[in-house]
Amino acid sequence: INLCHLLSTIDMGIFQRFARIPLKSTYIWSLCRQYSTDLTAVDRALIQHRCVHNRGLGASPGNPGAAPPRLPFSRVTQEDLAFFRTLLPGRTITDPDLLKSSNVDWLKTVEGNSEVLLRPKTTEEVSQILRYCNERNLAVCPQGGNTGLVGGSVPVFDEIILSTSLMKQVITFDNISGILTCQAGCVLENLSNYLEERDFIMPLDLGAKGSCHIGGNVSTNAGGLRLLRYGSLRGTVLGLEVVLADGRILNCLATLRKDNTGYDLKQLFIGSEGTLGVITAVSILCPRKPKAVNVAFLGCSSFQQLLETFQCCRGMLGEILSAFEFLDASCMSLLEKHLKLTNPITESPFYIVIETAGSNATHDEEKLHKFLEEVMTSSLVTDGTVATEATKIKALWSLRERVTEALTHEGYTYKYDISLPVEKIYDLVQDMRGHLGDMAKNVVGYGHVGDGNLHLNITSPSKDPALLAAIEPYVYEWTSKWKGSISAEHGLGLKKRNYIYYSKPSEAVALMGSIKAMLDPKGILNPYKTLPDNIH
Amino acid sequence: CFAPFLCLRPPQIRVKPDRTGVVTDGVKHSMNPFCEIAVEEAVKLKEKKLVKEVVAVSCGPQQVQETIRTALAMGADRGIHVEVSGKDYETLGPLQVSKIFAALAKKEQADLIILGKQAIDDDCNQTGQMTAALLDWPQGTFASEVTLEADKLKVVREIDGGLETIKIKLPAVVTADLRLNTPRYATLPNIMKAKKKKIVNVKPADLGVDVSSRLEVLKVDEPPQRQSGVKVETVHDLVEKLKEAGRI
Repeated sequence: INLCHLLSTIDMGIFQRFARIPLKSTYIWSLCRQYSTDLTAVDRALIQHRCVHNRGLGASPGNPGAAPPRLPFSRVTQEDLAFFRTLLPGRTITDPDLLKSSNVDWLKTVEGNSEVLLRPKTTEEVSQILRYCNERNLAVCPQGGNTGLVGGSVPVFDEIILSTSLMKQVITFDNISGILTCQAGCVLENLSNYLEERDFIMPLDLGAKGSCHIGGNVSTNAGGLRLLRYGSLRGTVLGLEVVLADGRILNCLATLRKDNTGYDLKQLFIGSEGTLGVITAVSILCPRKPKAVNVAFLGCSSFQQLLETFQCCRGMLGEILSAFEFLDASCMSLLEKHLKLTNPITESPFYIVIETAGSNATHDEEKLHKFLEEVMTSSLVTDGTVATEATKIKALWSLRERVTEALTHEGYTYKYDISLPVEKIYDLVQDMRGHLGDMAKNVVGYGHVGDGNLHLNITSPSKDPALLAAIEPYVYEWTSKWKGSISAEHGLGLKKRNYIYYSKPSEAVALMGSIKAMLDPKGILNPYKTLPDNIH
Repeated sequence: CFAPFLCLRPPQIRVKPDRTGVVTDGVKHSMNPFCEIAVEEAVKLKEKKLVKEVVAVSCGPQQVQETIRTALAMGADRGIHVEVSGKDYETLGPLQVSKIFAALAKKEQADLIILGKQAIDDDCNQTGQMTAALLDWPQGTFASEVTLEADKLKVVREIDGGLETIKIKLPAVVTADLRLNTPRYATLPNIMKAKKKKIVNVKPADLGVDVSSRLEVLKVDEPPQRQSGVKVETVHDLVEKLKEAGRI
């Protein structure tokens, strides 16, 4: 039985049965076993019900990612504009043409209609903006580089956009400890360049580096290509300066590697997607720039062999391994078709990008060559090439980093960022292909296989509600069955806020709601994002 | 053949404190991009069965062997490493290199010498032309297309005015320009095979070449620092500033 069809017929009935029971009743919480591996029809119905704003419009069981109706925030008046213009002369943007690009996300899938874009330069200005907006009950959408993929970085309605684009100063850098402090609007690539001149690197790297802001990276707990080696931002961020919803400045910008004095508040803000506070400055621990970087691009004939290559890699390359990424043959053909990139090796079902980074070129090359000899002679790998020099390394990396770009040329992309047990990763891609059949134009898989993180992308020439209904909730149920995460690193934003229950138990979500209510009682910070609609 | 292996421009090139040159210590060295194109063209000719053997040559210190191995992995048959190191390497220029290539060409009885049009560290664009002159061979420089027609070579050259097509007799010297081809990646199976190919070591003296330089570098300076620009708020301010600067 196709569960979507079943649910749509019994939906209305269940609606009527549960509509009168208050959501916070313990009766429902105990009935609902969201966290079990087997979802029953009752569970599913409850999850679907939670996905609906019970006033009607907006998110529905068929489309939990759509926006809910506008909450009763104030609307911007001439007096408000006068205040902003006095506070930020020349940096209060109201021109609709200039606002357009900040109202639309990078994927061009969600669009808001904000009428005001503010560009503060200092923490003090951010504080005054939020204090004012809190008093006036004006909603605010913090925005960094606007490269987010879940619709979390653009307004849904007329929220005021608070941009960090002019907060791009590096504050300090200590080249003994490697600790960098900077404002939240620094572009990641600029920070990388700054550090490289001083023989250090940023602990994270992602395809969006030319545009994303470090504040945004921290707010989404961005993962990226180097997580395998340097860990997540939760470990490398040492301190934050945050402005709270009522304008209070929380200065926890410590530059200490170790500090166990009280609760670690910064962890609340990391990954909170701008809903608990606006990050205005970051202090981050940076690793030394490796003296020797090598990249190998390999081809494997099966996913099983790819996994065995990974095990061999871990064993033989050990501490010099800094990235292990994969892409499938469908990704390669899109790169060739739309971006005219050439496949450096023979066609294979799977491709791996391996990066090593170390302090001694001879030592690293020896290890790498031994590893490559081993995987070639044992036929785990069918073909491959190596790069030791900067332009070639960049060329090989672009085969992985530009897949997202290539997909945008195929029409509308449905993106899923899933964490799974590593051996199950490609099963999801294959099951999805079988499940969708002809409905989808492309079903591709790529990502940080070393971290157990799959980027599953499905394209169709244009937005297709029937396709969406076939994909969701199938993909989330599949993920939930294997106790995976429905959003490994992209966050929940607007699009995935209502799916949180597939990966977190209701008690946890309820506690998140309490924390939100405590830090932002009026709910002005990035409303309609991250937390599910029924939390209100 | 291809030009001496040399250093790839890193993001920050620094002038040595004594201003006699640039810092090369710790800088990643690799094959000159135009020479890669030359190797690719040579390998292509061999794959078309138009040439019998491709010999890769490079002049420089020990590290040069790595570059020769890359050429072998791309498809060259054997390598010759002309060992020049230390002070001699620092002063090695196009004239000495072309003398070395001319001597080797005679020794090996080569029919065709292909090299990159210029090295991207010194941008001299002299080695190919000097080699042809020393051997009294015809030259097809800035080649964007090379076709073998019986015992002659048809070369399409990139020149300022457009494209010039010439026919030259073999033996000849050809220098490769950007659009000649796209060099292949050296793939692992070929990298493994290349380990078994031979690289022979020779010294310039063995070829009867004196590598001492007749040039003396007086000084090397960084380009003048670019002054930061000024942002103005209105068109009126812009006009005022341009007047101030005496530009209008």
